[in-house]
Amino acid sequence: MSTTTTPNPSGAGAPGRSREKAPAGERVADWADGRLGIYSLAKANMRKIFPDHWSFMLGEICLYSFLIIILTGVYLTLFFHPSMNEIEYHGSYVPLQGQLMSEAFASTVDISFDVRGGLLIRQIHHWAAIVFLAGMFVHMMRVFFTGAFRKPREVNWLFGFLLFVLGMFTGFTGYSLPDDLLSGTGVRFTQGAILSMPIVGTYISMFLFGGEFPGGDFVARFYSIHILLLPGIMLGLVVGHLILVFYHKHTQFAGPGKTNKNVVGMPLLPVYMAKAGGFFFLVFGFIAMLAAVASINPIWVLGPYRPDQVSTGAQPDWYMGFAEGLIRAMPGWEINIWGHTLVLGVLIPLVIFGVFLALIALYPFIESWVTGDKREHHILDRPRNAPTRTAFGVAWVTAYMIMLIGGGNDIVATHFHLSINTVTWFVRIGFFLGPVLAFIATKRICLGLQRRDRDKVLHGRESGIIKRLPHGEFVEVHEPLSQEAMHTLTAHEQYQPAEIGPTVDENGVERKVKGPQKLRAKLSTAYFGEDGQIPKPTAEEYKEITSGHGHH
Amino acid sequence: MSSQDIPEENLPAERAADEHAHAHGDVSVAANEKDPFADPGLPPHEHRIQDIDERAAKRSERTVALLFTLSMLATVGFIASFVTIPADRIVYIFPLGHISGLNFALGMTLGLALFCIGAGAVHWARTLMSDEEMADERHAIAAEPEVKAKVLADFKQGAKESALGRRKLIRNTMFGALTLFPLSGIVLLRDLGPLPEDKLRHTLWSKGKLLVNMNTDEPLRPSDVAVGSLTFAKPEGLEEHDHDFQTEIAKAALMIVRLQPENIKDKQELEWSHEGIVAYSKICTHVGCPISLYEQQTHHVLCPCHQSTFDLSDGARVIFGPAGHALPQLRIGVNDEGYLEAHGDFEEPVGPAFWERG
Repeated sequence: MSTTTTPNPSGAGAPGRSREKAPAGERVADWADGRLGIYSLAKANMRKIFPDHWSFMLGEICLYSFLIIILTGVYLTLFFHPSMNEIEYHGSYVPLQGQLMSEAFASTVDISFDVRGGLLIRQIHHWAAIVFLAGMFVHMMRVFFTGAFRKPREVNWLFGFLLFVLGMFTGFTGYSLPDDLLSGTGVRFTQGAILSMPIVGTYISMFLFGGEFPGGDFVARFYSIHILLLPGIMLGLVVGHLILVFYHKHTQFAGPGKTNKNVVGMPLLPVYMAKAGGFFFLVFGFIAMLAAVASINPIWVLGPYRPDQVSTGAQPDWYMGFAEGLIRAMPGWEINIWGHTLVLGVLIPLVIFGVFLALIALYPFIESWVTGDKREHHILDRPRNAPTRTAFGVAWVTAYMIMLIGGGNDIVATHFHLSINTVTWFVRIGFFLGPVLAFIATKRICLGLQRRDRDKVLHGRESGIIKRLPHGEFVEVHEPLSQEAMHTLTAHEQYQPAEIGPTVDENGVERKVKGPQKLRAKLSTAYFGEDGQIPKPTAEEYKEITSGHGHH
Repeated sequence: MSSQDIPEENLPAERAADEHAHAHGDVSVAANEKDPFADPGLPPHEHRIQDIDERAAKRSERTVALLFTLSMLATVGFIASFVTIPADRIVYIFPLGHISGLNFALGMTLGLALFCIGAGAVHWARTLMSDEEMADERHAIAAEPEVKAKVLADFKQGAKESALGRRKLIRNTMFGALTLFPLSGIVLLRDLGPLPEDKLRHTLWSKGKLLVNMNTDEPLRPSDVAVGSLTFAKPEGLEEHDHDFQTEIAKAALMIVRLQPENIKDKQELEWSHEGIVAYSKICTHVGCPISLYEQQTHHVLCPCHQSTFDLSDGARVIFGPAGHALPQLRIGVNDEGYLEAHGDFEEPVGPAFWERG
């Protein structure tokens, strides 16, 4: 077809260079572009702008630890035998010689003692999982407290939420694989929890374990769930999560030059390529060193699982601590009627666990219903400027943390020389009281910070310079803020509480106000009413103060 | 409940300062007077020392190169450690104590190799790459009305051409087929395990089975059970090498203590005991952990998992913690040869409660 004599098929070379052969890299790129359209892709993304803030790297920690988990996990599958066949141990770890154990446990001991570097990779894998879940927790809190979940990012919030939940279950199925005494106890706990489910409990238990607990199947079944099913779904969600981050463009805090219609920062190539790429190595390096110095899950100390044995101080990994706390704090209620048992003592914690997670998942939709705001939001809120949301989030975290204490009530009791009963009662009461106190305190702190911002804008910054006036009065000199600072402190939006409106229309006919509408008006008042926020300073107020008597 | 009824004017107005958004640092006095809080635009770029001083830039370059070189050395160190350090070498490293030398060496060298790459890249980006802030425009995510109209029209056309709405028979049978076929997948899961039936109600214990000491593997005599001690037992005939040992012991595990008969408060407990020796299921009725802590003075046993506490002198009733009912007791006696034996199976299911337990 082509009649051109130029050896450069794309003809895209710069003038004066058009007759030369394009550089090799460009030719490869041309080849790929002709098949994949990479130039159009790169046009939109190569110099994509990302804003800078320390809190934006929390998500990166999650992404990188996820990659580390996959890399090290693939390595571990090369040596791990997901089998519950009982064998006698004859490996190089002397204290276990001759003991009966499952092949799963034996192969994990082999990975730890006979495969050079196996222990390191195992520990990196486990540490990375702990960092992954902690990272997701903190990242989620960052998104929550800055309102980054608002339109258009609600779907991405749900993706992230699912990753957190699936991450917990992937972690649980993973640490259960070695079939050691501690993890086996955790599996037993899970089986007990499954049994508590009305009607279907015993059936699910029989089907999951291939018969009665522990049976000989669960390690192989957990294995395929842990290495294939859940990570497969999670990988898809991670990719979707990242695509949406690119598509929506990152949020940013208010500041000079930063609006809801732009994104200010530095380009992907080269700055974030280097920073984010480098950060992967920092996270990986940090976790590798952690695995070098800090032992995690030393299963050879615990020994193989026996359903009739247990060690004291049995704890799940931290991310299961909340569920563990609920289970420990709940009184042992059981109802027996009509020949059936309702195991409320286990069932209620399971339900609360689900409700608690669902609450945080649904929050974006609740808030957008209360505000009635359908616009896109790309400017982040400072937590103080959304006091009710912040207070709600802190209350949630408080309940979560109290249950973490509950999950380790035995450890707390022995370390601080307290009675286990006292700790448990503290958790029982604290679970209800703590969030309320945290809510009130947080809201007040937020309002106080808003007042301070208001004062700063209107009266300037306290300079610390004391001036004595001619008539003897001492005053502190206030320095006016720069326009940048004033803009930043007043850039946030403030909603007005939604009103139900008159209950009687212009003809005197009573208008019906539906329950949800009333609830919404109430919530809206709680969020944005007089007690919900401090009105931000207006230009008029500022002018009056600055033009009039100047200072005080 | 929709929020369509919220008028737009109830929402806070967007700031009318967008026109200043891209002005670099020109704080116009006019704008200031009009709105003291107006967006002054991006502040002017401030140069770093590396931007002005080539010697500083050179220093940065050397730092980055040094970090990358360190990484290379660390990788060499990793390989050297892998080859030279035996897997079973234990070394003392302060303050970590006695740890595996190989794990420490491999982890530190690998960590260093990775960390230095990261530190080098980040230092490079922070000191030598341009740090001038730039702005990208955002575009509304929702489609323009024309686009939306076109898509809806296309969809209508497609739906019409499929005739799905008109040919109801096709539609209904298709939905039927699509709804039914996943059933095969569910049916296939049936053989994951057996039905529960009464499996959770029975254990290996039966009339005449001897109580065998878990530690010594010998049948127990009453004289073997001392006051104040906690003895674990299994049913005779169950051996550790048995194929189903784990599953059977998960239900049959027994704990035996000796109390003074006059201290036993529960009437049935006294009847089912022998000379003050009582046998209870070791499996906690909460979620199935093995109970293993015994308080001699009070005769309380505690489950170390969730701290359910049972009073063995009073029918093993729950006195604290999340367990919902007492531990099942095994009725015991002695046979003609003087060995402790079971008088039957547990009369109620052992372990965690479940729906069919009743």
